[in-house]
Amino acid sequence: MLHFNIWKVLVILGISFAAVLLSLPNFFSPSQLEGLPRWMQTRMPLGLDLQGGSHLLLQMNVDELRREWLESINGEVRQTLRTERIGYTGLSNTREEVRVVIRQPEQMDQAFTKLKTLARPTTNSMFGNTVNEVDVTRGENNVITLKPTPQAITDRITSAIGAAIEVVRRRIDFTGTTEPTIQRQGRDRILVQVPGFNDPTKLKEVIGKTAKLTFQMVDQSMTPEEAQRGNLPPGSALYPSKEEEQRSYLLEKRVIVSGDELESASPGFDQRSSEPVVNFRFKSAGAQRFAKATQENVGRPFAIVLDGHVISAPVIREPILTGSGQISGNFGVEEANTLSVLLRSGALPASLQVIEERSVGPSLGADSIAAGGLASVIAFLAVTVFMILGYGLFGAFAIVALIVNVALIMAVLSLMQATLSLPGIAGIALTMGVAVDANVLIYERMREEARSGKAAVLAIEAGFSRAYATIIDSHLTGLLGGAILFWLGVGPIRGFAVTLCIGTIASLFTAITLTRLIVATWFHRVRPAEVPL
Amino acid sequence: MAFTFPKPIELIPQGTKIPFVSFFKFFFTLSIALNVLTVILLATMGLNFGIDFRGGTVMEIRTEQPADIAALRTKLGGLGLGDPQIQGFGTPNDVLIRLAEQPGGEKAQQDAVAKVREALGTSVEIRRTEVVGGTVSAELLEKAVWALVLTAAGIFIYVWFRFEWQFALGAVIALVHDVLLTVGVFSAFQLDFDLTVVAALLTILGYSINDTVVIYDRIRENLRKFKKMPLEQLLDLSVNETLSRTIMTVGTTFLALLALYLFGGEVIRGFTFAMLFGVIVGTYSSVFIAAPFLVLVGIKRDWSGVTVAPSNKRGRADKAASTTPTES
Repeated sequence: MLHFNIWKVLVILGISFAAVLLSLPNFFSPSQLEGLPRWMQTRMPLGLDLQGGSHLLLQMNVDELRREWLESINGEVRQTLRTERIGYTGLSNTREEVRVVIRQPEQMDQAFTKLKTLARPTTNSMFGNTVNEVDVTRGENNVITLKPTPQAITDRITSAIGAAIEVVRRRIDFTGTTEPTIQRQGRDRILVQVPGFNDPTKLKEVIGKTAKLTFQMVDQSMTPEEAQRGNLPPGSALYPSKEEEQRSYLLEKRVIVSGDELESASPGFDQRSSEPVVNFRFKSAGAQRFAKATQENVGRPFAIVLDGHVISAPVIREPILTGSGQISGNFGVEEANTLSVLLRSGALPASLQVIEERSVGPSLGADSIAAGGLASVIAFLAVTVFMILGYGLFGAFAIVALIVNVALIMAVLSLMQATLSLPGIAGIALTMGVAVDANVLIYERMREEARSGKAAVLAIEAGFSRAYATIIDSHLTGLLGGAILFWLGVGPIRGFAVTLCIGTIASLFTAITLTRLIVATWFHRVRPAEVPL
Repeated sequence: MAFTFPKPIELIPQGTKIPFVSFFKFFFTLSIALNVLTVILLATMGLNFGIDFRGGTVMEIRTEQPADIAALRTKLGGLGLGDPQIQGFGTPNDVLIRLAEQPGGEKAQQDAVAKVREALGTSVEIRRTEVVGGTVSAELLEKAVWALVLTAAGIFIYVWFRFEWQFALGAVIALVHDVLLTVGVFSAFQLDFDLTVVAALLTILGYSINDTVVIYDRIRENLRKFKKMPLEQLLDLSVNETLSRTIMTVGTTFLALLALYLFGGEVIRGFTFAMLFGVIVGTYSSVFIAAPFLVLVGIKRDWSGVTVAPSNKRGRADKAASTTPTES
């Protein structure tokens, strides 16, 4: 047990040396490391709780997504039945499906065949067979229902989250924030982490808006008040004003052009009134449609609608053929700025809601680093004194192993670029207390073996080999706890679990190989008659 | 070498024989009483859940002058956001503001934070803001309970495989005991019970099982060595033999935690407090509950079918480590 071949020695020393070397950059500031090779500059990234920053968990409004899909199916059904000249009554949406009643029973077959074309067959990526996105079924009393399948809804949510992540990224980039982390979380959530952002108010403002922009014609067949009292004209609906909730406009539901068609949007000032406006330009297809609509409707008002609220409803004085224009709506400068950012980044597929927010100011982060660092140093000193009092020279060996252990944790975190959080620092400090346990087990065993009258070499060997099974047992149970902690973990607590797990594995290495090597080397030099324990 | 290391101090004198098992009636009764007390506390006073589990808002602020908490209370109390809890936190300039979850869904939480920010004005430094909505807090609570149950179950299975079911049962009873008592302290003093405390509980589980397994390992070894020794005597022997190690390890761990508790800052104080308490309870339960428990249930005495503990021959250690009892 006390004999090592040269390769083993080299590997053990190599790992220990590399660990110390790779952990060193963490003790210096980035400016002190400047000019050194890249690998010497690799440090543990600091978590938001240490460097300050905002953590926002956003949830997508899935109901909204489903509702909009059902609305578009509803529109397609109306379109289809109209083209086929099939009479229907009661075309309506429930939470989960679209229902339509066909007036003439003899037209049922024809209607069903036609509506089946709306089933949107797609190829299942996993099995390669064809499945429908929408189940079209015919029921009693001439009812046909169209219901999106759960799988199709899940797929929609998945792609909507993907699209939303892109939009959120663009919007955050426009605010000039550096290095945001934006990732999917679970089925319908997005986690946004922005370092150095103490006040996330602005951030939330930018993310919180769906920013669906549409241009729609104003329906002048009746006044909004009449529409409120009586029946709405088919194909039209009431939209509230952005300025005052009470006031509303009666608009055609049909969208002339939407924000998707925008090529650019930028804040500016109106040339005459010099009030803040947003200038925009459509892409060519959108520009053509806009030109056509404005040509046909000179003298009539159209409305600019943002997230269901009418920003303004100007009258078309002349056809707009260039595809560019401006939106004015009593904006402040800041508001015009934000709106143009939103329009440039595109609309979110559905609205996002902040369901969790954790932000830490840079000064608290700095305090935490100082406190964590001080606590770690004191923990280290206390453990050192305790171990040397308890085990003398062998205690000092254990401390050498402990230094390598901590270096290994830091080196692995640096290499993995795993974030160091305050609980992570606590994990390192705690590891100092727990990691020496393996050494304690070995030394206690040596003591016992020596007491039973064994010669020094035998006692030392037995100490290592007999403690081995116990060390494995206790470390494996520790790892089990760490793994579950990781699973539970949100942000910083994960950091704690990671350092604890790495520390446990590292302490296996340092106790079983490194300490043994040190003890063996010492033994061969000194040749003691008895174990100094 | 000019420097010589001091002669090691032996905390536990050689041949110490404390009759742990003979105390077991007393300590079992004590522990059962404390656990019952905890359950009563939980039923009557409950836990002071932090926002992680209850939803709501926490803001940590720093004022330029020593904070006037009464004035802040009046100012924020008038915002119509329920009854904000305002307390000093660390230095006289630091204040912690808590708002309960606002009625009206996730949006209402955000509006409340905006209102508080506005009311505080710019002279106050907002050092930390945490807002947890109802959806997330419910999920976190569920996840925390699962994590504790899964860890206990995982440990039970592991110890069962490596030892016998009696050991596994004893270990898990000791673990439940540790977690319950720690939770009991949080209930009795109405300390803030948040996610970091659950993280501490999980770590306590890991620490306590570590302690228990070391003693169990020794018990198993002695079972093979002393086939005729009465069980009580054998358990006492095993606990005494490992006592020095138990004290050393709890010592280093406690010192490290104490450093964290005293110097690690307010943010992790709840966590380190739970850990400090849990490490003590965990050590106690390993020695006074988990080991003597084996007398109550009785264990198999014939361990001859099991591979003997590794001797000083190379390679056998690995074999022994992966061997599980073949009969039970």
